[in-house]
Amino acid sequence: VAVLRGIAIVVAGLAFAPVAAPAPYIPADDSAVLEMLPERRDPALAALKRLQRASRAAPDDLDVATRFARGAIQAARTTGDPRYLGQARSALAPWWTLADAPTPALLLRATIKQSAHDFDGALKDLDQLLERTPRDGQARLTRATVRTVIGRYEDALNDCDALEGQALPVVVAACRGDAASRAGRAQEGYALIVRTLETGRGDAVVRAWAATTAAEIAQRVGDADAASRLYRQAIALDPASPYTLAAYADLLLDAGQPREAAALLEGKTRNDSLLLRYVLALRELPATDAYESHRAELAARMEAARRRGDGVHLREEARYALAIENDPAAALKLAHANWNAQREPADLLLLAQSARAAGDAAALKQVADWVAKTRLEDAKIRALLKGGA
Amino acid sequence: MVRLAAMLLAGLLSAAALAHKASDGYLTLAHRGASLDVRLDLALRDLENAIGLDADGDGAITWGELRAKHADIAAYAASRLSVSSGGEACALSPVAHEVDRHTDGAYTVLRLSGRCASDAPTVAIDYRMLFDVDPTHRGLVRYVVADGSTRTTVLTAEAPSASLSVHTSAMEQAIAYFLQGIHHIWEGIDHLLFLLSLLLPAVLVWRNGGWTAVGTFRAAIVDAAWIVTAFTIAHSITLTLAVLGIVTLPSRLVESAIALSVVLAAMNNLWPVLRHGRALAAFGFGLIHGFGFASALGELGLPDEALALSLASFNIGVEAGQLAVVAVFLPLAFALRGTTAYRDVALRGGSVAIALVALVWFVERAFDSPRMLASVLPG
Repeated sequence: VAVLRGIAIVVAGLAFAPVAAPAPYIPADDSAVLEMLPERRDPALAALKRLQRASRAAPDDLDVATRFARGAIQAARTTGDPRYLGQARSALAPWWTLADAPTPALLLRATIKQSAHDFDGALKDLDQLLERTPRDGQARLTRATVRTVIGRYEDALNDCDALEGQALPVVVAACRGDAASRAGRAQEGYALIVRTLETGRGDAVVRAWAATTAAEIAQRVGDADAASRLYRQAIALDPASPYTLAAYADLLLDAGQPREAAALLEGKTRNDSLLLRYVLALRELPATDAYESHRAELAARMEAARRRGDGVHLREEARYALAIENDPAAALKLAHANWNAQREPADLLLLAQSARAAGDAAALKQVADWVAKTRLEDAKIRALLKGGA
Repeated sequence: MVRLAAMLLAGLLSAAALAHKASDGYLTLAHRGASLDVRLDLALRDLENAIGLDADGDGAITWGELRAKHADIAAYAASRLSVSSGGEACALSPVAHEVDRHTDGAYTVLRLSGRCASDAPTVAIDYRMLFDVDPTHRGLVRYVVADGSTRTTVLTAEAPSASLSVHTSAMEQAIAYFLQGIHHIWEGIDHLLFLLSLLLPAVLVWRNGGWTAVGTFRAAIVDAAWIVTAFTIAHSITLTLAVLGIVTLPSRLVESAIALSVVLAAMNNLWPVLRHGRALAAFGFGLIHGFGFASALGELGLPDEALALSLASFNIGVEAGQLAVVAVFLPLAFALRGTTAYRDVALRGGSVAIALVALVWFVERAFDSPRMLASVLPG
C-alpha cells in the first residue's frame, strides 16, 4: 500500500505540476470582503445571534439557554446549516451530560442527538422525559419519529396512539400513517393521512410534513401521480424544506424529468443532498459547464464529509459513490454503514441498489429478509430483489 | 466599496453555492528534522463565533477586520494547541497569516513554525479550538514526515488529544526515498536538460566539420552508457559527501554552476569543443549536480536511524528516473538520427533553446535577479 501511495504521490506530482492549485493567499485590500455572515440578510438569525450573546453572558440561565437552543434548532432546520446545532449544544453545555437534566433541556438534548444520528442517546433522554411527564406531546412525537427511523414500528405506533388528544389530528395521522405504511399497511396509512389532511386543522409546516409523508408512501407503492401532487402541495405550504425538495427531486428523476428536477433545485445547492440531486439532474441534460463545476463542488464536499467522518452524511456518500462515481463496492460499504445507523425505506433502497450493482447476494438477502420481516411495500426495492434494475 | 467587493466575491464563487457544513478545523503538521511546519485553517464563521471578527457588525467580514484580529487569533491558537515530540513540547511561533477557501467559505490560515527537541517521526497533539462554542467542532489532523508518509486523525471535544507516529519499516522507508529520487529527477528539469544536451549527439558522430549518423545502435548505447555512468558516479560522490556534511557549498554557487553546466553542454553541440570527452564533462559537471541533489534531499530531511539506506535509496531512485528518460529518448533519437530534422531541429534548435533557457537561469541564480522565467519554467 505504501508503494502504491508513493507512486500515486509521484504521479500526482507530475500530472498536476503545471496546474496552479488553489492556495492560501493574502488579500490585496483591507476592504476585500472575505465572508458574509448568514445573519446579514435574515432578521430572525440576527435576533438569534443576540439571544446567543445573552445566553453566553448568563450560561447557567436555563430559560435563556433553552430559548436560544430552540431557535438554533429551528434555524438548522430551515437553513440546513448544521453549525446551528453545534451552537445549540454549546448553550446546553451545563445540562448536556447531567443525568437528571431539567425537562426542557432534556427534550432539546434529545432533538440535537437525533439530528446527529445518535438515536440511542436520543431515545434514552426521551424515555426518561416521558417517564417524568407522559403527557409531553412534543417528546412523544419525537420518540415516535426516532423509533420509526430505526425500524421499531410497533413501538412507534404505541407512541402515536398515546398522542391522541395531545396533538392535532393531522399530526397523529401522519405519525400513525408513516409507521404503519412501513409495516405492511401502506394503503391504510396513506388513506388516513390524506383524509385527515383534507379535513383537519394545522399550521403550514405541520400540514406540509403530513403531505410529504403521504407523498413518500404513494411514491413507494408506485403511484407517481399522487406522490407528485402531494409533494407539490407540501412545497407550496413550506417551500424551504430540504427534505421535501430532495424527495420530490428523486420522484422527478425516476420519472425521467431531469429538467424539472434541475429547475426545482436551482439555487438551493448549499445543502449537500440537494446538490447531489442537482448534479444527477444536470447529468441527464445537454452538457454544460454548470454540470462540471457542480460535480467538482460535490466531490469536494463529499471529501470534506469523509474527512470529518461523523457519519451524518453516509446516505449521501453512498448514493454519490453509486450514482456519480460508479463504484458499487464502495457504495455497498457505505450503504451498509448507513443501514446500521438508520433504517428508513430510502436507506434500504440504497442498500438494495448498491447490492444489485455490486452483485452481492448476501446483501440482497439482507434486504429481502428485512422486507419479509416488516412487510415493507416498496415497488423499487421489490423489483431489485426480483432481479430488475 | 464594500458592496463592490461583495459583488466581486460573489463573482468568484459563481458556480456552486457554498456548502452548509459542520464546523471543522484543518491542522497540518510537517515534520522535517527537528523543525515542524504547522498550518491551521479555521473558518471565519467559527472565529466570529469564538472571538468576534465583525468589528463594525455589518455581517460582512473584511480582510481589514480579520487583519486587526491576527494577534488575537495567534494568541487563541497558542492557548489551545500544543504539540510535543519525544515527550518534550515543541515551541510554536506564528510566522504568517493568510486566507483560503474551503467548501463552506473563507478560512484564516495561520502558519506556525515549531522547534522540537526530537526529530523522531512522532508527535503528540492536544487540540482545543472552538469546542466550547461548538462542541460538534472537529480538528482534522494531517501529519507528514520527511519521506512523505502521512498519518491522519480526527480530534473531537470528547477526544481532543492524539499521538501520531510514522513507524515505517526499513523496506517502506527505502521505497519512499526511492520514489522521492525519481520524483526529484523528473521535477528537476535542469538536471534533465544537462543530460539531454550530452545525449543529443550520442546517435551522431562528428566527421569533417559536421554531424553524421552513427552506424549501429550498439555504438549509440555505448556512448550514452559512458555519459550516464560518469554522471551517476560523479553526482553520487558529491551527494554523499554533502549529506554526510563532509563538504558543503553555498547553494547560490551550486545552483548557478548547474545552470552554467547546462549552457556549456548545449553550446558544445553547436560548436563542439569536446568531441570525445563528453563523458569527462558529464563527470566533472556531475560533481556539481550532486550538490544540487543534496540540497533537495536536505529539504526532504533524512532520518538519523537509517541514513545510509535512505541515501542509497534516493540515489538509486535518481538513477532509475534518469534511465527511464534515456530508455525513451535513445531509441527515438536513433530512429531519427539520419534525418535533417534531427540534426537541424532537435540537435541545433534544441541546443539553442536549452542554452538560452539555462542562460536565463544562470543570470537569475548568480545575480539573484527577479525570476524572469519563474512563472513558465521550474528553476
